[in-house]
Amino acid sequence: MAPELLPIRVTIQREEDIIRARQQGRDMARSLGFGAVDQSRIATAISELTRNILRYAGTGTAILRPATQGARRGIEIICEDEGPGISDIPFVMQEGVTTGKGLGIGLPGTQRLMDEMKIESQVGQGTTVTIRKWLR
Amino acid sequence: MPVNSLPDSSLSDVIAQHQQAIVDANVTAQQTTRAAQLMTADDLRQQSKTLLDQLQRGNSYDPDAPEFAPLRQALAKLSRTRALQGFTPSETARFIFSLKDTIVPFMEQQLAANPLDLARQIQAFNRLLDAFGLTTFETYVEERESLIREQSSALLELSTPVVQVWDGILALPIVGSIDTARTQQIMESLLTRIIETGSSIVIMDITGVPVVDTAVAKHLLQTGAAARLLGAEVVIVGISARIAQTIIHLGVDLSAVVTRTTLAKGLEYAFARTGQRVVRVAASLNESAQGE
Amino acid sequence: MAQIPIIHLSDVLIVTTQDAISDTDALDLQDQITTAIERTGAKGLIIDISALDIVDSFLGRMLNDIAAMARLMGTKTALVGIQPAVAITLIELGLELRGISTALNVEQALRTLGARIARQT
Repeated sequence: MAPELLPIRVTIQREEDIIRARQQGRDMARSLGFGAVDQSRIATAISELTRNILRYAGTGTAILRPATQGARRGIEIICEDEGPGISDIPFVMQEGVTTGKGLGIGLPGTQRLMDEMKIESQVGQGTTVTIRKWLR
Repeated sequence: MPVNSLPDSSLSDVIAQHQQAIVDANVTAQQTTRAAQLMTADDLRQQSKTLLDQLQRGNSYDPDAPEFAPLRQALAKLSRTRALQGFTPSETARFIFSLKDTIVPFMEQQLAANPLDLARQIQAFNRLLDAFGLTTFETYVEERESLIREQSSALLELSTPVVQVWDGILALPIVGSIDTARTQQIMESLLTRIIETGSSIVIMDITGVPVVDTAVAKHLLQTGAAARLLGAEVVIVGISARIAQTIIHLGVDLSAVVTRTTLAKGLEYAFARTGQRVVRVAASLNESAQGE
Repeated sequence: MAQIPIIHLSDVLIVTTQDAISDTDALDLQDQITTAIERTGAKGLIIDISALDIVDSFLGRMLNDIAAMARLMGTKTALVGIQPAVAITLIELGLELRGISTALNVEQALRTLGARIARQT
């Protein structure tokens, strides 16, 4: 039986941190028993969210940890920053914002990759995005 | 004073003094249930004895007490075994509850002199066994769910074989409805096979798919797009007149995909695309067999 | 950052990525590839990403952009070696990379690119 996995906290300040956060996320996902495709989904979701932190807030934190809910086991990632915040959450969750030429912020795509996603944001104060994926 | 924190002088003593009698009474009580059909008398006896030992050792009325950890484990194991043997969860729980009937009379004997204490002890005892009975129920449900998940997963893998019909040509016959979970499983096995065989064409046969609506079309297109990322072209076959009408009426855009009505026509297209042709060398099997 | 090796084989450029590409690396790659096309006049470009186990939306769009730039310069591009897990993730993200041709590996890409180049000239 695998030893208890401790939460990992990654400070996001530079590009290298995006790579580090997603690599750690992938490793944790593998340790938790997620298959190759789920590992890829989780790592990619972390990549999208941490890039947003870098792009829109300049700096922030990603917390990676195992999650439990009753008999369900999975992984939870919390990406938080104290950046400008999102004024219109439903708007950024629309399809058109990611596809096409523009930078987009990858949120609808991230939601499709994960089982749960929650966005909390206050204009001028910051944003926290929590995502979860459960083992099947 | 909360009931759980009553000193359990009675339960342990009662069990200690009357264990044999309690076990006998329990086994007799089980005779009329299915337990007697599914298990031998010796097994029943052994199970009862183990439970009683652990109840006694717990020496408490608190079901969450650490002293009851071995008992909780034993109950979980019991529940799992019984689930696999075919007992219903109620039957397993009732096995626990039946201990109440067999033990309480002995407690009444022990505490006859002090009716108030007896009443409290019995209440605490009932609560204790109720909690344990419920645990067996929960374990049973978890066990069944885990079994169902395993079977579903195995079924899912069997349901969509990827067949190499020729050099570089794969066929994927899909039977039944396609949801997101199944699509993911199909994509994974298809892509793995494409890499294993180095195939460049995949024929997806949807003849066996009962309903093709926007969601199903999306899943098919996604599977095709994933195969394309590995350099393979996807041909969808099994487009009946009915499906063709539905797709156009729904406004689904399949223009990016080559489609045909039958697997045979799909193969014809695949051969052409891979620069191959099927040529007849003998009029019939009989003719060539004579020469051998 | 480290230069990604670009191999020039007859009329084709072959670029093989290492195991992780940062955003800056990707932009540098765009620059290196377009410069190499200009310098060599290569008619074909193969980008081998078999070492990448994560491709997110940024890199996906970068790859599309590189192919588009190459096309403007008269060069045909093939993307090869996408890992199955990566392919599925890209599709679910909504990135089908329709603007770029794909092949299973460098060998197959050389074959199909050869045919496409021959048709053009």
